[in-house]
Amino acid sequence: MTAVVEGIGLCQDYVIAGGFLRPPEMLRAVKGVDFAIEQGKTLAIVGESGSGKSTLGRIIALIDRQSAGVLKIDGDEVDIGHSKPSPALRSKVQIVFQNPYGSLNPRQKIGDVLMEPLMLNTPLPASERRARAEAMLAKVGLAPEHFNRYPHMFSGGQRQRIAIARALMLNPRLLVLDEPVSALDLSVQAQVLNLLADLQAEFGLTYVFISHDLSVVRYIADDVLVMHQGAAVEQASREQIFAAPAHPYTRELFAATPVTDLAAIRARVARRAAHRGAVAP
Amino acid sequence: MALLTIRNLTVRFATSTGTFTAVNGVDVTVDRGEVLAIVGESGSGKSVSMLAVMGLLPDTATVTADEMTFDGRDLLAMSDVDRRRLIGREITMIFQEPIASLNPSYTVGFQIEEVLRLNAGLDRRAAHARAVELFTAVGIPDPAGKLKSYPHQMSGGQCQRVMIAMAIATNPRLLIADEPTTALDVTIQKQILDLLMDLQERFGMALILITHDMGVVAETADRVVVQYQGRKMEEADVLSLFENPTHPYTRALLAALPENATGDRLPTVSDFMAAEQPQ
Repeated sequence: MTAVVEGIGLCQDYVIAGGFLRPPEMLRAVKGVDFAIEQGKTLAIVGESGSGKSTLGRIIALIDRQSAGVLKIDGDEVDIGHSKPSPALRSKVQIVFQNPYGSLNPRQKIGDVLMEPLMLNTPLPASERRARAEAMLAKVGLAPEHFNRYPHMFSGGQRQRIAIARALMLNPRLLVLDEPVSALDLSVQAQVLNLLADLQAEFGLTYVFISHDLSVVRYIADDVLVMHQGAAVEQASREQIFAAPAHPYTRELFAATPVTDLAAIRARVARRAAHRGAVAP
Repeated sequence: MALLTIRNLTVRFATSTGTFTAVNGVDVTVDRGEVLAIVGESGSGKSVSMLAVMGLLPDTATVTADEMTFDGRDLLAMSDVDRRRLIGREITMIFQEPIASLNPSYTVGFQIEEVLRLNAGLDRRAAHARAVELFTAVGIPDPAGKLKSYPHQMSGGQCQRVMIAMAIATNPRLLIADEPTTALDVTIQKQILDLLMDLQERFGMALILITHDMGVVAETADRVVVQYQGRKMEEADVLSLFENPTHPYTRALLAALPENATGDRLPTVSDFMAAEQPQ
């Protein structure tokens, strides 16, 4: 079975200084990353800010072209260097951004937000576009009366649902989710994660899930790719990486993740009590 | 010994559609040297109640309380001059967005030295020396050099360290931290929390930590107040809260943690609140 998306030695360079009369100074933000994801699976890309995880996400989502390496979608090599992705290709890959307050145009009604991808990429008539947008609103748990409202009338969790709905309008095969729940509260985060799991089961979607929160990754991912300073330092199945993280940086990430385990809290409370005892008398 | 005592705090906002009650009869007490976490989601009024203590709410807000005392002094009866002397010296606050909390037009050194000159009464030379000392205390590498940096030249984690340095500059007795790590990565979050806890223990100041992250609560708090829609739902020491949460909302918050997921679906707050309704 061919992978829905495959990356071979993907690199991304940015010019950070120089230019006129001076040789450009380059920063390699992604340093040769390989991966492959099969249909219906979720690959989580984990790392701290500056690790290149979002840069890699933008390459996969066909927003930026990689500086080197090969990106294959459904087994076909993709190059967006000379021409924009074709409507057929654009329909296959969609992205949901981190901040639902910034990713929706404040002057565009929700219905128009959802119909725009269809208008740009398909020859569907207006009535059909409207019917599909209304159906999609229901699918992500919003009501038909939301169709004519503006983004500021929605909460953060609802806006992220709208962003997910927009990404799904073209029936994509691959969805790049760039920190989709890190701007959301815990209980809203749970709702959005449930929605993503439901949609994946229903449409057989493939997810690239970019996150720095390992507890979320553990819940949603099948495979995990850990990035550090642009390089993929570890890549393994979820079970394997959570049971036995091999790379020191992965272990550092685990150590930094807050634990809500009772034994750990008990140990910390005891340590604080001992410290107080030492200071107080 | 209570350091800060608030009884029956209510904050109302006058809006175009009528009065909105953001905080509804909340009691909070913090002892000397204690770490209190206030937990809740957006709109639970957790930040507003602390902004009311700091006197930072806009004019549209009406703050009423039966009692609001800091170290035996009545904050409500106090003159504005006295209150300003207290706020920023004995009670300080840090905010969620460290980069937005600093003025982009001035160097961080100018900003921290301004605090030291105005609130600690130091002259320029002494303020500079103390600023270097504070930057060292909060773990900023090359402190003297970094004083000349502008906020945009520093990372989010470093800006939060600068904010913490400014907040502890006057040796406050109470530090209020409003979601101090929400905008930061896990590795940086760990460093900032460790720093706050270390400073708290070293200087014996009380710390109020406002957060929506139960993981942060588990790693820092002595006592926890859970707030929901402007009301206090539950108050307990950290161990009993995690061991035996009594209020359904607290149980819902704990169950919504992805690491506690038992089945395929994460339970949400509305599931829990709905399950409670029929009884």
